[in-house]
Amino acid sequence: MSEMTYEPLMVEPAGVPRGRAMVERADWAARAYAKYDVATVNRIVDAAASALAARAQEFARDAVAETGFGVVEHKVLKNIACSTGIVETYRGQDFVSPEIDDINKIVAIPRPAGVVLALTPSTNPVATVSFKIILALMTRNAIIISPHPMAKKVCAAAAKTMAEAAVAAGAPDGIIQIVEDPSIPLINALMTDERTDVIVATGGSPVVRSAYRSGNPAIGVGPGNVPVLVDATADIQKAAARIIESKAFDNSILCTNESVVIAEEAIADKLLSAFAREGAYVLKDEERDAIRSTVFPDGHFNIKMVGKDAVWIAEQAGIKVPVKTRVLVAPFDLVVPEEPLAHEKLCPVLGFVRVPTAERGIDVARAILRITGAGHSAAIHSANPELIMIFSAAVPVLRVSVNVGNSLGASGIQTNLPPTMTIGTGYAGRSSVGENLQPKHLLNYTRLAYNADAREVMPSFAGLNPWSSPTGPVPAYPLASNDRASAHTPAPIHREPISQDVAELRDEIRKLIVEELHALIKN
Amino acid sequence: MTQEHVAAPEFDYGLFSYDSKEQMLDKSKEFWNPGKTQFWIDSGVPLVIDRREEYFIYDMSGKRLIDAHLNGGTYNLGHRNPEVVQAVTMAMQHFDIGNHHFPSLARTALAEALIKTAPAGLSKVIYGSGGGEAIDIALKTARHATQKRKIVSIVKAYHGHTGLAVGTGDDRFSKLFLSDRPEEFPHVPFNDLEAMEDALRGRDVAAVIMETIPATYGFPLPNPGYLEAVKVLCEKYEALYIADEVQTGLMRTGELWGITKHGITPDILVTGKGISGGLYPIAAVLATEKAAGWLNEDGFGHISTFGGAELGCIAALKTLEICSREETRSMVHYIADYVGKRLAEVQATYPDWFVGIRQNGVILGLEFAHPQGAKYVMRHLYENGVWAIFSTLDPRVLQYKPGILLKPEVAEEMLDRTELAIGKAYAEIRNERSA
Repeated sequence: MSEMTYEPLMVEPAGVPRGRAMVERADWAARAYAKYDVATVNRIVDAAASALAARAQEFARDAVAETGFGVVEHKVLKNIACSTGIVETYRGQDFVSPEIDDINKIVAIPRPAGVVLALTPSTNPVATVSFKIILALMTRNAIIISPHPMAKKVCAAAAKTMAEAAVAAGAPDGIIQIVEDPSIPLINALMTDERTDVIVATGGSPVVRSAYRSGNPAIGVGPGNVPVLVDATADIQKAAARIIESKAFDNSILCTNESVVIAEEAIADKLLSAFAREGAYVLKDEERDAIRSTVFPDGHFNIKMVGKDAVWIAEQAGIKVPVKTRVLVAPFDLVVPEEPLAHEKLCPVLGFVRVPTAERGIDVARAILRITGAGHSAAIHSANPELIMIFSAAVPVLRVSVNVGNSLGASGIQTNLPPTMTIGTGYAGRSSVGENLQPKHLLNYTRLAYNADAREVMPSFAGLNPWSSPTGPVPAYPLASNDRASAHTPAPIHREPISQDVAELRDEIRKLIVEELHALIKN
Repeated sequence: MTQEHVAAPEFDYGLFSYDSKEQMLDKSKEFWNPGKTQFWIDSGVPLVIDRREEYFIYDMSGKRLIDAHLNGGTYNLGHRNPEVVQAVTMAMQHFDIGNHHFPSLARTALAEALIKTAPAGLSKVIYGSGGGEAIDIALKTARHATQKRKIVSIVKAYHGHTGLAVGTGDDRFSKLFLSDRPEEFPHVPFNDLEAMEDALRGRDVAAVIMETIPATYGFPLPNPGYLEAVKVLCEKYEALYIADEVQTGLMRTGELWGITKHGITPDILVTGKGISGGLYPIAAVLATEKAAGWLNEDGFGHISTFGGAELGCIAALKTLEICSREETRSMVHYIADYVGKRLAEVQATYPDWFVGIRQNGVILGLEFAHPQGAKYVMRHLYENGVWAIFSTLDPRVLQYKPGILLKPEVAEEMLDRTELAIGKAYAEIRNERSA
């Protein structure tokens, strides 16, 4: 054995140079892709989304197996929603072709960011990977995924599936890459690389903060801690069904799952009874204390609880609950920082606080968001528009789900907000983006603007398009220049016509999403 | 000396210094190589490379040049590639040149890595300290394996200047030193299969040695099927096929070894220049089990103190790893595509001057319609910030060899400068003709 020791000489950890190589390759790919026309882009987006959706079940199962949390059937739904679902949402929208405004004499030419570095979480692994890839492809960006280490295998498999489908449909080589072995030094190197054009960070606060510190443009979003107010005017049965369904969704590992229910005293008992009928178990005081010390030993969240089911968690606390229990409801009195149950829980334990009036409930919602979750989302179940307005104006969040579960409401799956896996928390949540992340956030526009003087006429730009479709693989294989007409000529790239079959498949997928959503709501 | 202030020399390199570039050039002529020093001054390329990094070299004057010659691919990964610098610096904490008598840690590790990435069938590695020595090893190996003496190479071939290698090349370098041996080293015209078969027919040839694309001859491309047919002829007449991959290896054609694009498994493959990472000299010969028999018969048959120096092995290991990356291969394809397309546009502007583009990956020969055309272009490129060299054995042709890790913005700048230089060289030639 060697006894020598190495001096610490400029040593870069393994993987960092390889990461830089990925950025360089992405730089070439992005430059090529930025010249593609909308028809080709649509074909590539469809191919990548369909490839992911076709394996949604397998990736859902693998994600639960690798991370140890979440619910397979809920992940299937998210995987489809974040692949073909997202594509359907934006079908018909064009993020590629120039937009002509003849009245104002302005033409806007879409300009992709270039190289997108996407940090993805363990809680929503494949759905977030797919979502960010689809957004990047729609807007003609190259993307490098740095997955959470806990979910790196399934994320790599998903990204590669999409990459192969995209390239087969004509995308440039290297347009989608994934870090197979993420490490802190590697992620820092990618984030600070000057060729990284924008970082899209989803994950814990430290990840998001370091994205903003990198010196590169970044879109990072803060954590959630969702308060949900139920007032006396609410339809209690429906509210209970929606809240429990939403809280149970994917065993509550989303940042959009409800954290604490705030119930107006007049309907609080009725609401708890309705919760019980929906499969929640309302904890007695000593059971609540046991859950608190199990989920938050020493006041700190126990990460073993992330995404576990309610029965298992109850067992850990020594509590026997009915086997069909989906949510544990934990009543407590005061929302203050030292009360662990007022914090984000990432497991199906739902806080419950009574308030004498709805107005007092608004103060409690604000107190919850003072702990964490500002800028994110809140929910309200009420028939009173005045209260809903006051609540929404007073509570520092950027989306309020009304009479709908927040987990699929804030993310735009059961509301008409833009469907997303990345919830912009805005200035209140220390983020540059306040909307749900959507394609436009990965684009700039070059605006050519004519002289406003009416005598200076803007000629017609209709039909002018600077983009084109590639004539073969990008880049071309480097055949010798005296051998390019030979039999080596690569086969023409696969172009799937928008046939009846594809249209039918699309309808099938749309139907599947709708059915699954219905099933969810009915449950 | 008193305490008087003494002006520091302008060019201080620690162990030595110069007062000026002029002084340096004078000393270069006085103590080193007057012929070569004067040649570059007379050529309008008074370059003395000082600072160097990535694909940039700087003259002593501070003038920056994009390196599109790379010293024949030596700087394939750029100058002082940080990953190779780190690997060699780290290695110096433990290794030195090593001792060629004994089994060696680094030589063995590199040999394994080379064989694993080589065309199938190659199974043993023999090291030299430079490309010429490696070629000599390859020729000796072929002679041992076949027990024949003749080596066939192409007219205007270039395989180095050592004892045997120089015989395979152009007379210019062998006759000067009374080292030409035409009876042992027949030369046949390139791309001429009949001449090749005539040379082999006597079954007295040990090996045919071919650069996959002859660099110093201006990268004339083998006709489609030519190399493949030469390999078949070698098999027919029991001669070995030696692939000189010194300039075509290490991903420069878009595959790790250029010869694999022809589907040929050579009996012997030679690598040099770029395998050093540009930092520590090393060259290697890869041979099939059958060709490398002397390693069993007499393992001390070829001795080279510096051959496979262990620090060089470390540089080569890192270089090979970088070259073999999926990302690198992808980038070479992008660079080749971009450079080829831009040059085709330039050619369309000057069709009667810039008459040909020979390209395979990032190996390019640019042909100009003047017997010394590439010398004009070289000078204008130098004036406009690009370094690329004419082909010694065909000065119509400029060797244009961009790096495999070239960034897109540097590629664009290099082509902007190249386009201007080609135009200026054209204008100069036209003025000469009309004068």
